[in-house]
Amino acid sequence: MTATIFMIVRLHNLFAVVMLGGIYSLLAASMFVVLDAVDVAFTEAAVGAGISLVLMLAALSLTKTEEKVASRHGILPLLVVLVTGAALIYGTLDMPHYGDPNAPIQQHVAPTYVADAQAKTTVPNVVTAVLASYRGYDTLGEVVVIFTAGVGVMLLLGDRRRRRRRAEGRE
Amino acid sequence: MIEPGLYNYWIVVFLMMAGLYVVVARGNLIKKLVGLNVFQASVFLLYITMGKVEGGTAPILAEGVTVYSNPLPHVLILTAIVVGVATTALGLALVVRIQEAYGSIEEDELEEKDERDERKLRS
Repeated sequence: MTATIFMIVRLHNLFAVVMLGGIYSLLAASMFVVLDAVDVAFTEAAVGAGISLVLMLAALSLTKTEEKVASRHGILPLLVVLVTGAALIYGTLDMPHYGDPNAPIQQHVAPTYVADAQAKTTVPNVVTAVLASYRGYDTLGEVVVIFTAGVGVMLLLGDRRRRRRRAEGRE
Repeated sequence: MIEPGLYNYWIVVFLMMAGLYVVVARGNLIKKLVGLNVFQASVFLLYITMGKVEGGTAPILAEGVTVYSNPLPHVLILTAIVVGVATTALGLALVVRIQEAYGSIEEDELEEKDERDERKLRS
């Protein structure tokens, strides 16, 4: 994963960068399997590595595939990133340890969901039960967000052909 | 001072900062979006590692299993992935429109063109 990131930062060929982005997503998905989040891994592999890659390639075919080599090599971005990273690492020193069953996140409502989900929703997969049953309205809201994004994309790109024909007519 | 149980957060911080660096330091708009995706995936990883329980298994109820990982971060991140793709699609559509209007997707070239147009308007 680190190597992939390094190449994404270094390479100037956008096609390679986008492909490496897909590989990065796939690696993240396999990491989610290791971390017991199988549903998330499915989604990341299908949506993150699949659909976004196709979208990126489609956008590339409409634009350029080569990045201009940067003329300015500012030290400022690197400095900002290093300072922010140091601050975040300092912040993690107080965090609960990896896999700790007594961490605050495991103490709140999560055990209730695991205990009651089967009886209340008859779905053995707790993630599905919470997503589709307990928080069904939120998932509906999510669908509205995606719909809005789809409408936005269509408004931005939908009338391209008409506009091009108009431009040709003028010439 | 060295906390061995915290390395998962450090991986996340490293990935996050790499994504942030690409967004801040690179001028190409598509590369910026890839950087944004890297950043986003690192946040997903942060949530999922927080939900992991030592010795736990995936939160699908089965006979003879008592320890499950926390399902709530999984639900949140499932939603976030899908919404993330929607925003990426919108961003790419904007990039394509910018390419059509300006003939370039490099930040400094766009600024140059804007300044030239402004000067033309003023004179």
